[in-house]
Amino acid sequence: MKNNKTRTYMLMVLPALILFVAFNTIPLITGAFYSLTNYRGYGTYDFVGLRNFADLFQDSRVGKSYLFTFKYAICGTILVNVISLIIAMGLNSKIKFKSTLRGLYFLPNILGGLVVGYIFSFIFTYILPTAAKAAGIGFLSSSILASEKWAWVGVLIVGVWQTVAMNTIIYISGLQTIPGDIYEASSIDGAGRWVTFRKMTLPLLVPFISTNLILSTKNMLMVFDQIMSLTKGGPAQSTESISFLIYKNGMDGGQFGFQSANAVIFFIVIVTFSVVQLKLTNKKEEQL
Amino acid sequence: MSENKHFVPEPIPVRIKKASEIRSDADGKKNIFLTVLLILGCVTILFPLYMTIVIALKSPSEMTNDIAGALSLPKSFSLDNFREAMRVTDFWNSLFNSIVITGASIILSLVIHSMAGYAIGRSMSRHKGFKLIYFYIVSGMFVPFAILMMPLVKETAKLNIDNMFGVILLYVTFYMPMNVMLYSGYLKNVPLALEEAADMDGASTWKTYWKIIFPMMKPMHATVAVLTALGTWNDVMTPLVIMSGSEHTTLPLAQLNFQTQFGTNYNLAFASYLLALIPILIFYIICQKQIIGGIASGAVKG
Repeated sequence: MKNNKTRTYMLMVLPALILFVAFNTIPLITGAFYSLTNYRGYGTYDFVGLRNFADLFQDSRVGKSYLFTFKYAICGTILVNVISLIIAMGLNSKIKFKSTLRGLYFLPNILGGLVVGYIFSFIFTYILPTAAKAAGIGFLSSSILASEKWAWVGVLIVGVWQTVAMNTIIYISGLQTIPGDIYEASSIDGAGRWVTFRKMTLPLLVPFISTNLILSTKNMLMVFDQIMSLTKGGPAQSTESISFLIYKNGMDGGQFGFQSANAVIFFIVIVTFSVVQLKLTNKKEEQL
Repeated sequence: MSENKHFVPEPIPVRIKKASEIRSDADGKKNIFLTVLLILGCVTILFPLYMTIVIALKSPSEMTNDIAGALSLPKSFSLDNFREAMRVTDFWNSLFNSIVITGASIILSLVIHSMAGYAIGRSMSRHKGFKLIYFYIVSGMFVPFAILMMPLVKETAKLNIDNMFGVILLYVTFYMPMNVMLYSGYLKNVPLALEEAADMDGASTWKTYWKIIFPMMKPMHATVAVLTALGTWNDVMTPLVIMSGSEHTTLPLAQLNFQTQFGTNYNLAFASYLLALIPILIFYIICQKQIIGGIASGAVKG
């Protein structure tokens, strides 16, 4: 009887397991394998050992893409979490049209990043410069997407616009787990609003902050759609994200092996970021 | 059976929402200042959408070089841009493909992931092998698409599934770590009593699953369906690299492929963007509660 049951359970896991091995583990291993070769995506190839990895650290274009991606992900994660926490606290207060407002604030999350990028691209290239000219703000009078120095800010604005929606929802569900009498108690104790927020709300939100940090960092490190529609990596490769570079040069640029090595490093980066964030927030939780 | 339903906890967001509504109703007084502030904040969300709609409805001759030309309401109401955009981007075909891909991914995910989640959730504590499988699958959450992309292009081409079918299988794989985790987590709240009773009656594990457990996991099915739907519907990268050889496109992919054909005709381009956004907007308006609830409970448990 017991064995019978285990056999059925195994049959139930089997379809998932086959798919996972076929489309996750096997490509992961092949990717790691190709990272040790000079494969161009076609034709023959040789083993080159760890040379791709050594070259990666000297390649200025790769370095630039890492700099851009980190800059984007770090600024983005901070902005997203501050903004969404503020909005969530607002939406969790006693306000009118609560559910309508919540629905509206979540809207950006369901829209596709590519089309949103195209729409914002028009705002950055036409609406914003025209408005800046009319208002006499000099440095905004040409498209920020055309500026090597500021194009990343354009990508950042669109990324934040979309990601805030998701994190707001998570913070709202976090705020709802805090019972109201805690606030009553702290107001009886004469604690001010800021103290209540810092000493009560924030610590109780730590698990949700942790979820949000990991979610938004991971999503922002993998930025792709917005780059495709806003800048295509330009100007002068200043907004090439890691995913975009792997796609562009790995698929069309004849760098299959080299970009596989890049992808392996990227994978390690993502795992490290997630683990470090988990560890940090866990420690925070323990201290409380 | 119906009495036992009481033991199944409701999904978190629903329960919480009720409590918060009671709280705010009891207190009565609303913060008007905050309401106004939040409404003003909505401008940043609604402005791009407003702009999309008015530009999509205008003819190119109405687009003068100032902001008013772009942002004013159209003088005459015309659907010409939409007709042209539908023709240029082969709208109905891409819509159909997107619906097939998303629909099939959801159905397969509900069946395959719930089954796996159940088997793992029920035997993880007793059987080391299942625990291993659980961590093996869940660890897939950290694998970025970028590292799988190039090998998958080769692999799907070799297997002759560099088409919509392949994309569906990939989606079922990509969402597996999250969904299996959600299902097996949810099962912790489903009491064993029912299955034990069915066992006594001599029902097979298989039958018990489909007749009793699967229907009982309905709240989790909703969450999984919503998360899978939003992820697959808007995804560009997977169909872009996998289906590049076939003549099929998805809704977002069509926007990318036909971008150059719009040229400087922004009215046509925006009509096309709006068309691409409308299906998901309609879906959102109809299922807003389930979507927000699904996202919240998915992320909180995930």
